Amino acid sequence: MRNIIAFPLLGLAVILQSSIVSQVKLISGYADLLLLMLAAWALQERVKSAWHWAVVACVLVGFVSSMPWPVVAVGYLGVIFLAQILQRRVWQAPLLAMFSVIFIGTIFIHILSFVALRVLGTPFSFADVIGLITLPSLLLNMLFSIPIYALMRDLSRWVYPFEEYE
Amino acid sequence: MNSRSLQTTIIFLVVGGILALALGGFFGSASRQFGSVLIDAQTWFSSRFLGLQDFITAPRDIVSLRTRNAELETQVSQLQAQVIELQQRVNETEILAALVDFSRSNPESTYKAAAVIGRDPSPFLHYIIINRGSNDDIRRGMPVVTNQGLVGRVDAVIADAARVQLITDPASAVNVYLQNADTSAVAFGSVTGDVSLDMISQNTTVESGDLILTSGLGGGFPSDLIIGQVVTMRTLEFELFQQATVQPAVDFTRLEIVLVITNFRPVDITPLEPLPSP
Repeated sequence: MRNIIAFPLLGLAVILQSSIVSQVKLISGYADLLLLMLAAWALQERVKSAWHWAVVACVLVGFVSSMPWPVVAVGYLGVIFLAQILQRRVWQAPLLAMFSVIFIGTIFIHILSFVALRVLGTPFSFADVIGLITLPSLLLNMLFSIPIYALMRDLSRWVYPFEEYE
Repeated sequence: MNSRSLQTTIIFLVVGGILALALGGFFGSASRQFGSVLIDAQTWFSSRFLGLQDFITAPRDIVSLRTRNAELETQVSQLQAQVIELQQRVNETEILAALVDFSRSNPESTYKAAAVIGRDPSPFLHYIIINRGSNDDIRRGMPVVTNQGLVGRVDAVIADAARVQLITDPASAVNVYLQNADTSAVAFGSVTGDVSLDMISQNTTVESGDLILTSGLGGGFPSDLIIGQVVTMRTLEFELFQQATVQPAVDFTRLEIVLVITNFRPVDITPLEPLPSP
């Protein structure tokens, strides 16, 4: 039942992403708060609702962003898939798993966005995208991944109390 | 009168006489010496008393001073918050005053002011979100400007908000007119948020500083809206057209309030475009 917090929390994250995080630029890139939250949430051992959270995030971001919604959906659901695979394999080092998911997830979403926008006719240079958007965004995502992971770990303990988990 | 009262009367008369003589200045040097001794003694007692008073009352003063200091610090922080709020209001008022001047100087258009409340979550796209939507008669395709020049056009609308594609977006293309060179071109956005010109004829001479205005061709934007100025030209003999980099008139990083031109309806020329031959 406490999973309902996904709606206000992800809604707040979209508002913060749109109004604040998108203004904190490094060259032309900025952090992806939703990606960080979803990855951190999916990596928590107790969490069983990562796919639901990803769908809510896709709907919210698809509503706000001009990015085609299939790109957002495939990107975020792909990150959840990756996080769950890594969570089972690298469960003893959660931060390492978080860094890996963020690294691969950021590159995956950016390649997906690049390909989709190129197909739709937007003239992008691959070198510009890598140098000006992807690498700065990757650095910012890595920087923010530790505090976001800690926040989501505490949240998972509240949503899935120990008794219920046992 | 007995002898005792007579004695008292005589003493009073003598003392009174001495005082009268002293006040009359008849005991000049003697009264000065006497006075200085009195003043020294007075000063000594007074300074010692004040020192003692300070020693006794000082702790109480520190407590009251600390209380007063805390009160004043609270007051200062409240005033600082008020100053920040007032500065924000002054900034908003300045922006609104500039926009009002702009709308007065361009009376052919009707405007609706809107605040910028967000940006696109994706770093690939240059869009802003404004707090006016279909409830305020905002429609898709309407041009968005500031007093400095063209910002972009409305891309999507919901009841109380709209998404605006900036002219710096990589997918944006605006037909423009170079005023000094008397020629047309197309302004494109880019990933970095820079604006560049393309499709400038090789026969045209364009110089840095030339003013760029919307041409109105294609029906997407009204004519004569300022885009910016030419910064540098790139001319290569083997290419069909010249290119130029542009300094936009609008500072897209500090957009706070914009104007939507509500009496402009974009023309959809898609049916008039020739179909590709098989």
